Amino acid sequence: MSSLLLEVGTEEIPARMIGRARRDLERLFVQEIRALDIHDGVTVRVEATPRRLTLFAESLPARQADRVQTLTGPPRRIAFEADGSPTRAALGFARKAGVPVDELEMGADGKLSLRRLIKGRQAGELLAERLPELVLGLRFPRAMYWAGKGSPRFIRPIRWLVALLDGEVVPFEIAGVSSGRETFGHRRLGLGPHRVGGPDDYLRILQENAVILSSDARSQKIVSEAEAVLPAGCRLRRNERLLETLVYETEYPAALLGGFDSSYLSLPDEVLETVMLVHQKYFAVEDESGALTSRFVAVANSGGDESGVIRAGHERVLRARFNDARFFWNFDQRTSLADRVEDLKDVTFQASLGTYWDKTQANLAAAARIVESLNLDAGAAAQAMRAVKLAKCDLTTEMVGEFPELQGQVGGLYASAQGEPDAVAEAIYDHYLPLGAAGRIPRSTAGRVVSLADKLATLGGMFELGLMPTGSKDPLALRRAALSVVRIVMEGQMPLALDRLVEVSGAGGHASDLRRFLLERLRHWLRDAGGFAADVVQAVLAASDEVPVDVLARAQALAEVRAAPEFGSLAVSFKRIRNILDRAGEPVASGGVDESLLAPGAEADLHRSLGQVAERIAGRRASRDYAASLREIAVLRPALDRYFDDVLVMAEDIAVRRNRLAFLAGMLEALSTVADFAAIAPDAVPGRTR
Amino acid sequence: MLTFQDIVMRLKAYWARQGCIIQEPFDCEVGAGTMCPETFLRVLGTDPYRVAYVQPSRRPADGRYGENPNRLYKHLQLQVILKPAPDDVVELYLRSLEEIGIDLSTHDCKLEEDNWESPTLGAWGVGWQVMLDGLEITQFTYFQQCGGLDLDVVPAELTYGLERLTAFIQDVESVYDIRWNDRWTYGHVRLADEEQYSTYNFEEADVDFVWKEFRLHESECQRLLDGYRDPGGPLERRRYPLLAAFDQTLKCSHLFNTLQARGAISVTERAQVIQRVRNLAVGVAAAWVDQQRAAAEAS
Repeated sequence: MSSLLLEVGTEEIPARMIGRARRDLERLFVQEIRALDIHDGVTVRVEATPRRLTLFAESLPARQADRVQTLTGPPRRIAFEADGSPTRAALGFARKAGVPVDELEMGADGKLSLRRLIKGRQAGELLAERLPELVLGLRFPRAMYWAGKGSPRFIRPIRWLVALLDGEVVPFEIAGVSSGRETFGHRRLGLGPHRVGGPDDYLRILQENAVILSSDARSQKIVSEAEAVLPAGCRLRRNERLLETLVYETEYPAALLGGFDSSYLSLPDEVLETVMLVHQKYFAVEDESGALTSRFVAVANSGGDESGVIRAGHERVLRARFNDARFFWNFDQRTSLADRVEDLKDVTFQASLGTYWDKTQANLAAAARIVESLNLDAGAAAQAMRAVKLAKCDLTTEMVGEFPELQGQVGGLYASAQGEPDAVAEAIYDHYLPLGAAGRIPRSTAGRVVSLADKLATLGGMFELGLMPTGSKDPLALRRAALSVVRIVMEGQMPLALDRLVEVSGAGGHASDLRRFLLERLRHWLRDAGGFAADVVQAVLAASDEVPVDVLARAQALAEVRAAPEFGSLAVSFKRIRNILDRAGEPVASGGVDESLLAPGAEADLHRSLGQVAERIAGRRASRDYAASLREIAVLRPALDRYFDDVLVMAEDIAVRRNRLAFLAGMLEALSTVADFAAIAPDAVPGRTR
Repeated sequence: MLTFQDIVMRLKAYWARQGCIIQEPFDCEVGAGTMCPETFLRVLGTDPYRVAYVQPSRRPADGRYGENPNRLYKHLQLQVILKPAPDDVVELYLRSLEEIGIDLSTHDCKLEEDNWESPTLGAWGVGWQVMLDGLEITQFTYFQQCGGLDLDVVPAELTYGLERLTAFIQDVESVYDIRWNDRWTYGHVRLADEEQYSTYNFEEADVDFVWKEFRLHESECQRLLDGYRDPGGPLERRRYPLLAAFDQTLKCSHLFNTLQARGAISVTERAQVIQRVRNLAVGVAAAWVDQQRAAAEAS
């Protein structure tokens, strides 16, 4: 059993890519040793810092197992002449196999054959051949070449390679760098080179030279030191993404506490946090009530900060940033949002859709239609429209120029500072929501109106230009916009019909494409966020896909009642009806049943029961009590069962047959207003009776 | 205490010891040291080159009338090109910081991802911003493409922000308080520039005049590029004024920036104008590579 140490030494890899690279390296290596058949019992671990990807493989077989290879040649009658001498075919086979013809055997299948032993190759030899391609098989966004045009690509230059199998160098080369046994430590606290004997030695050397190889250990060091430097009554505002970034930006992290003048706390929290977290990569510090304090925790890639120069440096930079922010805030207040609407003519939204001024006009038109559909009272409608009008104006502010990630929020804060009503300010603040599949939707109806109008107008505009997403290409994130529309409508319980949403978007000639696009997101939402089974989604959408919130209510009802045993058999009966209708071979008109043609007994009974049930269902449905409406259908089960036992639908008499088909079609239609039962998978229904 | 000019001189002396030609600033307005022929044209082709120079870089839209302590219409870059980038280029760079008195073992130095792209030059590269105790002091770029051409040899470009670096070393809050030498401050030397050019760029520049100038330089550049299609014999080819054509490109780039700061370029025009300047830059780069190849073959 052997152990392998592979270290790819690089210049600083972008932090955001390292986690992925680690997982990929492990996966590629495991794939490779599997393909080489040297994987039995192997344990693999990959660690990484900004300057190295290190792979440890333990219990690696020293070599591949030997195996027997059988070559098959021509059959006896072709291989030998009548006198037993070999033919040209036999000689050719022997020559190809590289043995004299008398070493060939006659196999049990009557064909000439050769069995030979293939010696397994040494692991070191195999790895030397495969490792370069494996390393270069790591995929990064924006890879580079550094050793001249046409040379290998990697995310940053590879500067050294350690490859030791049981302490012996596995020889290979990547872009002019030969593998060996020299590693390097922290750039300023133990650079090296250092000679490595084996894996244990390697870990010791790194430790002595200010490299903490384990990302978990670096993470723990950051968190425990951060907690240690905090004064009493303060706590870190935890942020896992920031922590991961810092873990992968340092080889030897040290947390240190800094502070700033508390007068900066008058800046909005959003700005303070963005500067600290996003721009400077500091942890914000909060007090016991959760309010920001005038402190921060920075993480240095160093051995500590005894003299305090690092802290002083970070504090100075933060001060300059906060000063800028304060300047932006004051400067921006000279021109109100309302006075910036015209300036939007100078800000491009999208090449073909014009400026943000054009965009605002489109949003206003969309919002007006939404407001009308929702029957908002005059006050609420006016506030929503005001918010739409001002929503994009913060794009012309210095603050958003500096902190683009705060668009919307800055608008909301400025609106508030400039005396706009709270409802308007809040709606502007929230109008980019929801961000991501899990982010919250806007808090208020006005906010939802602005967000919907913004997204629908974009969707409509882009579809109208024929710029709908295709395959994996969706540069304008239209899928996300459509999913956001669905989420706001569903989670905000907004009674807007799909057709109305499409109308709001102004998609015109591509309305049906957009409707399909939105419907697709609705289907996803019902499955993923709603958690409904595929057949439930199918059944309720088949009944009607018109009003999304109504689809949701019906899906909930169906999911609730479908577990009852009688629904299993109903589903079977409905499927049977659907099959009969499909196979009838003639167009069937629903309704128009001629009662005189109904046979007494099962058929007439079912007809009568259906009439009563349909009336009750209509009543329940009108009051949106969908679960009760579905339960009404269950009442029909005995009558239905009897009908199929006693009645032959495809009767000889054409008039009778047509009447029965029309009756069944009408029944299906009358009972499928909540959900199309024929779409329910009876197998999935527990407790089904036949 | 190292003065601004001490720092400049020490860095130049250091890079001279690394085999760099110490060039003087290029005498056209540019937005960055990258645009000078010593970078833009020298990185093309296979010939090795090492050069360092301070380049005043003008960015009309960044002016703040001298009121902002950290933002400048014109700042000074120390631009270093090492072609090809040596294996120890990061280490060489870090030592240059130690040369100006920064003991990196007591500071927090990080190389954070920062890629660079210039649509007007048809150029891009990957690299880092060098962060010293949280302050960005240098852009470090491995060029990949220039003038729309994949580079034969990958150079490293180091761009030091001299004002930031000096403010850091001298521990001052405003660039205007930087001690240029023992007697005068940065403010003494440069404040008038900032005040007057901010006024010019944001308020005074005559839009019609600047547009006219842009079109004149553009057509002159285009005329020269067209002429290169048939330059004549080897001597005429070698003497063909592509460098003069490149000056015209740079003029256009700067005038575009001025128009933009002046708010005179509508959004629909913007992309088109960038494309026009890019066409010139790409044209010059392609012709230059051809001219150099011809010259190498002739000798």
